[in-house]
Amino acid sequence: MEETLKIVVLVKHVPDAQFDRHLSGEGHTTDRDESILSELDEYALEAALQLAEARGGAKAGNKVIALSMGPAGAVNAIKKSLQIGATEGVHLTDGALAGSDAAATSLALAAAVRHLGADTPVDLVLTGMASTDGETSLVPAQLAERLGLPQVTFASSLEVDGGRVSARRDADTHSETVEASLPAVVSVTDQINEPRYPNFKGIIAAKRKSITTLSLADIGVDSSQVGHAGSWTRVTAAEERPPRTAGTIITDEGDAGIKLVDFLAAQKLL
Amino acid sequence: MANVLVFIDNPGQALKKSSLELLTIARSLGETAVAVNGELSDDVAGTLGAYGAATVFRPSAADLDDYLVAPKAAFLAAVADKSGATTVLLENSPEGKEIAARLGIRLSAGVITDVVAVDADGTAHKSVLAGSYTTTAKATTAVTVLSVKANTVDPEPATAPGAAETLTVDVPADAAAAAARITSREQKVASGRPDLTDARIVVAGGRGLDGDFGPVEELADALGAAVGASRAATDAGWINHDAQVGQTGKTVSPQLYISAGISGAIQQKAGMQTAKVIVAVNKDAESPVFEIADFGIIGDLFQVLPQATEEIKKRKG
Repeated sequence: MEETLKIVVLVKHVPDAQFDRHLSGEGHTTDRDESILSELDEYALEAALQLAEARGGAKAGNKVIALSMGPAGAVNAIKKSLQIGATEGVHLTDGALAGSDAAATSLALAAAVRHLGADTPVDLVLTGMASTDGETSLVPAQLAERLGLPQVTFASSLEVDGGRVSARRDADTHSETVEASLPAVVSVTDQINEPRYPNFKGIIAAKRKSITTLSLADIGVDSSQVGHAGSWTRVTAAEERPPRTAGTIITDEGDAGIKLVDFLAAQKLL
Repeated sequence: MANVLVFIDNPGQALKKSSLELLTIARSLGETAVAVNGELSDDVAGTLGAYGAATVFRPSAADLDDYLVAPKAAFLAAVADKSGATTVLLENSPEGKEIAARLGIRLSAGVITDVVAVDADGTAHKSVLAGSYTTTAKATTAVTVLSVKANTVDPEPATAPGAAETLTVDVPADAAAAAARITSREQKVASGRPDLTDARIVVAGGRGLDGDFGPVEELADALGAAVGASRAATDAGWINHDAQVGQTGKTVSPQLYISAGISGAIQQKAGMQTAKVIVAVNKDAESPVFEIADFGIIGDLFQVLPQATEEIKKRKG
């Protein structure tokens, strides 16, 4: 029997990219109506569940903790994670967190991970490859730096064995395998697995799972370290890009290929 | 004048265009120092001088490439301290962003990614929410770390080129202590086409290709373009995942994007709607891609693309 794992999966409640998304307010932050569990985080959750199941699952003492930082609505991302199979949920929420940039977010998340590891240590922090709203991909690396842990980012396959994690990474010019000792921060790509959907049993079971709410005070972070006050960057202006409009549309009458080239020549693109 | 530090990772025998762009931006912001990891050839050292670099810093260790990111960030932090840099510029690759991320924490410096322009006062311009907004952002810290996208300025050598002085900086002894080790690496076979992210022209194919990327590849080669794909095409295994353009793939901003057999759902649109000119070919007149195309052709791509390819070859002689 392999050793059990305590895994924290970072899940984010993000505006659904299927709809128009907007920035508003003084800090030019994202409107969070119509929000969902970030699609890219489902791969991290699936990877965590597979690692736990290979070791006997929750019954054997494996933990998959869905941690989300965000306003009240973020609890929905946690609930969805519990329905999919996370064993417990943790909601880090505090008014002072609003407007946190990656540096402030990673500070708060690092403190939350330390808090969750206070009794028994956390073995793995799993994340998606990016959030689908901020899209900076900064948080996993900054979290690793703050926790003093190795980062294994953009993993397209993942194995954990004997206190070590190994992963495959695919870049444009090369593929590589990497190895690190646990604990580690691992981000996974959308190539790593096929995330499962919550089934009826999972939805019922989720109702009995607990969600712990943590405030900044609970994790020992001062409100000046996060939010706008604790952020190291400031968005000073935001402008909506005018929507693209349709140009010339033609139906092929046997010479559309030639017309395409005429268009490129007129645009000086040949 | 402010001190600007540019990080160039493994320049090889000649500097990439994106590196020359970083050096050009750096010069507009202040006095340039460069941190180079890996071999530094005489040619590259000469180019650095020609682009106005006064100092080139190299790491005391040669094994930074054996680890993921952390030791490079530690080296760069040491150089930033030594050079007194107030701005650090890196390329906007996944690794460049991660080095920037860790460097930011080490220097208590604000990090801004995906930058497309930098004002003289350090204000950075970028586009967010899949190109639907443009924003300006500024670091509030003493040092600013920026990862800058390729193809944002034209590279230009300094008017008064000099020769850069080379200094070695100690990589902190504990730099690799908490880093993942790279245990093996295989190079992929080069396609000979331009890099998708930086290409001036992209020809992309989707579900409508029905497994045959031939017409897209031939048109791309006639135009000297990179080949892209929708998620439907990469998920079907018709082309490598590296080629995926969209929300979960690459974001491209070429001069010209030719979309063939792609419906243009929001997932795909997110990756290409900042292209300067969009051309779409699709047999379904209702495809959403026609709402954003500058030139749209309702027709069979297996007729239209080869005809265009032949015509381009003819005109280019």
